[in-house]
Amino acid sequence: MGDKMQESKGYPPARTINECIVEIVSDSGEGAQKAGETFGAISARMGNGVWTVQIIPAEIQPPARSPAGASGIRIRLASKYVTNMGDEADLAVAFNEQVLYWRIANGAYKQGTVVLLEDKWRDDPVEEIRAQYAKAVAEFRAHGLIVHELPIERACLEITSNPQRGKNMFVLGMLCQIFSRDLDTARAQITKTFRRKGDKVIDLNRRLFDAGYGFARERIDICYAIPPQPGHGGRYIVTDGNQAIGLGVMAAGMELVSMYPITPATSASHYLAEVYHKVGGFVHQAEDEIAAIGFALGASYAGKTACTITSGPGLALKTEFLALAVMAEIPLVLVVVQRGGPSTGLPTKVEQGDLLASLYGEPGDAPKVVIAAATIEECLHFVIMARRLAETFRTPVVLLTDANLATGVQPYPRPEPCVEWLAPPIDQSEWDESVPPYAWDDVTGLSSRPIPGMRGGEYVLTGLAHTKQSKVAYDSDSNQRGCEMRSRKLAALAGTLKPPIVHGDAEGDLLVVGWGSTLGAIEEAIDRARADGHKVSSLHLRFLSPMEPGLKEIFLRFRKVMTVEINYSDDPQAPLITRETRRYAQLAWLLRAQTLIDVDCWSAVYGHPLQPGMIYRVLLKHLAALEGNN
Amino acid sequence: MFGLKADWSHEVFERYFTIGDYAGGEARWCPGCGDHGILAAVHKLLRDEQAIPELTVAVSGIGCSSRLPHYMGTFGFHGLHGRALPVACGIKSRRPELDVWVATGDGDCFSIGTAHWIHAIRYNMDMTVLVFDNSIYGLTKAQSSPTSPLGMKTNTHPFGAILGPLNPLTVTLGISNVSFVAQVVDWSPPLVYETLKAAHRHRGLGFVRIIQRCPVFADAHGKEMLADPTRVLLLNHEHGIPIDKSVARQFPNHREHDPADLAGARDIAQDQSRIPVGLLYHNPDAPCYEDLSSRGGDMTPARKLAGLDSALDDFTI
Repeated sequence: MGDKMQESKGYPPARTINECIVEIVSDSGEGAQKAGETFGAISARMGNGVWTVQIIPAEIQPPARSPAGASGIRIRLASKYVTNMGDEADLAVAFNEQVLYWRIANGAYKQGTVVLLEDKWRDDPVEEIRAQYAKAVAEFRAHGLIVHELPIERACLEITSNPQRGKNMFVLGMLCQIFSRDLDTARAQITKTFRRKGDKVIDLNRRLFDAGYGFARERIDICYAIPPQPGHGGRYIVTDGNQAIGLGVMAAGMELVSMYPITPATSASHYLAEVYHKVGGFVHQAEDEIAAIGFALGASYAGKTACTITSGPGLALKTEFLALAVMAEIPLVLVVVQRGGPSTGLPTKVEQGDLLASLYGEPGDAPKVVIAAATIEECLHFVIMARRLAETFRTPVVLLTDANLATGVQPYPRPEPCVEWLAPPIDQSEWDESVPPYAWDDVTGLSSRPIPGMRGGEYVLTGLAHTKQSKVAYDSDSNQRGCEMRSRKLAALAGTLKPPIVHGDAEGDLLVVGWGSTLGAIEEAIDRARADGHKVSSLHLRFLSPMEPGLKEIFLRFRKVMTVEINYSDDPQAPLITRETRRYAQLAWLLRAQTLIDVDCWSAVYGHPLQPGMIYRVLLKHLAALEGNN
Repeated sequence: MFGLKADWSHEVFERYFTIGDYAGGEARWCPGCGDHGILAAVHKLLRDEQAIPELTVAVSGIGCSSRLPHYMGTFGFHGLHGRALPVACGIKSRRPELDVWVATGDGDCFSIGTAHWIHAIRYNMDMTVLVFDNSIYGLTKAQSSPTSPLGMKTNTHPFGAILGPLNPLTVTLGISNVSFVAQVVDWSPPLVYETLKAAHRHRGLGFVRIIQRCPVFADAHGKEMLADPTRVLLLNHEHGIPIDKSVARQFPNHREHDPADLAGARDIAQDQSRIPVGLLYHNPDAPCYEDLSSRGGDMTPARKLAGLDSALDDFTI
């Protein structure tokens, strides 16, 4: 981008490109996110692959014009399926210059990134602001950004007396001109965005949009076309990962979500609170995290498998109940939208730090199913799978997602729900009294459970060590037997799983293993390295407990295996770090134990999603080291 | 009983339940423990009310009190320390037809489970909550509980409890949407029975604090209460707990108290010199949370799919 366009007919002809990353940054409350989401939806409707992600300030109302208050949105659009936020942005629209500092500090821009900057600060009555603005513009240019200063707010004033609130749709108009968006599609999407606000608001926003469109046509000599991705067709929905979880809860036929507010998980419950009644469901806001899971477990015990949604600190508080669910074999779906830790950590930022806590966070041996969604679409479908696994294997299922999936927005094929996805009506038939409540199958450990209301099924569930009659175990064998049976269920589940599919060749120099939201970035980095001729492949795990089979056989076909994760691990070059003292990334720990192969890792906790370019550079470094060993 | 009705007609029950249908394993509380009497009252009441065993669920936390589900022949849920109430509320949330009983203790309810106690009162779900309050931790061997009297010697306060006790009645009566608060002492079995019956018949959360003796770890405290029947104040009212003549004789101090009078109930609860027994407060019209939380429980799969379709429409481009 940034090429000088040849002018003709008063505005430039569109140049076809395959992809572009756009950001809109502002103070919070200026509507940048709504503009970006609408732009993403318009682009998705036109057949582009799209990924949008919000830029979230840490406070609700940070002071205006402060770098840390940067709020906004990034939109990556392409002529192919997009799986992640990408690397540096190509174009940024900024409502003030200060917020750009934050994005630059985050490495969001590169030499040649075009910045369309609101210029009203240049003539601000406050001298200090004028000085800040002039200094910033000079610094940005020195940094290599191509800055266009534009009177955006002044142009909005011609349409609305409150440009602070209307500027976003004006900017949307600008972007739609710059990226040759279809006007009818754009206008229809604006109508949809404001459909609940009434005709007057829709009309005002459409006029602002039209003005922005015209403004860009006159004032900005950049115009691109990004053709639709091949094979685009069928119906698509556009959601973020938390909305996808909400849809999954409904599609799974679960009737209860019991939650306590925690960032970044809560928006899943917000969404459900709006629509859950349409499928007969209820969101319970509990008095605390512990009560939230206890309430869900109560409903599950009574035959209505429920879901509780939380994040790391909430997971920590829920562990005692989670262990009870394991011990007493109560189905439950626990969604953990991971954020940065430890402690309060980085509440709004991404991390994959709760894998080991999910597997091993409870006292004693508490085997349970742990799965991780790798895409927004999987957030939806994995909730449906989680309920089925929970009921079939009479166990809690932890579904891990993260802040990257929670805040990313993407189009994906609209699911076609069917009755089979829904929880069946609760069984109230008579229970054969000769069958104990834990009639463990000797081989698989599986048993079916009596549900209150089943005549003859009366038993007392307990978290104490118990016999298959659910009687408190006073003998030494029962505890051993119970642990054995609960563990065996995981082996039984593992037996139904397929080996994971390797992305790239089945053998080579380096295999990268990932899990969760890093899928898209890892595969993009792998594709880039493979295009350079490197023998690298990747593999992405969805099942973490039990793990998918055949890992060792796959790993042995590569000279080196490493994980790439968003959690902390020691840099092997750091002081005091030796092969003995090094603490590995979480999946690497598990894989080393599982396969007895010397699995290496690279991981980081900067609080932002891993980007393809970053992973690509890591790959090259590790490949070079491999070469050096030859 | 046995199908014979007041008008001498005979009803043939399809199923008739005896006390044995409600009894589970043999109770393993210590001899002389007040819990035995409470369990007997629960069994008798369920029999008299002909509660359907498979639709009855006894939920508990951890502690001596919380062993109760094991001694029941109904469904039971012996869960975590302090967490009986969230589980009970969850059970009720989508299965409002189940008859839910909660057994909890002074440590379980008033200490580790405090948050749930307060919020469960506010949710006011239709269940019967029995707090077995013996002013001591029994299962973990004689630590001070929130209701241990000042100066009581325990393993955590060998020189005597250093804080005065928490007053569970004033707290409970201070919570919004409280609907039924009663107190009894375990050494008055007829009163225990009648109070449990009233709590069980109440639609909403029937909260009954049962002051009860632990002859092993708090024997002196129990004997002291028993020694002076004038410390007990028997609450009397036509809308209160029906009072047997023997109970009226057992506790000579009576007071007329209308259970609809919340301010009066709070005054009675505030007076620590007396142990009020009977019904302190009753509001049969307080809203029950399950009326909201159970909505849509009967929705057909076809309607669910239609609802889901409309939710998906909102995101369809």
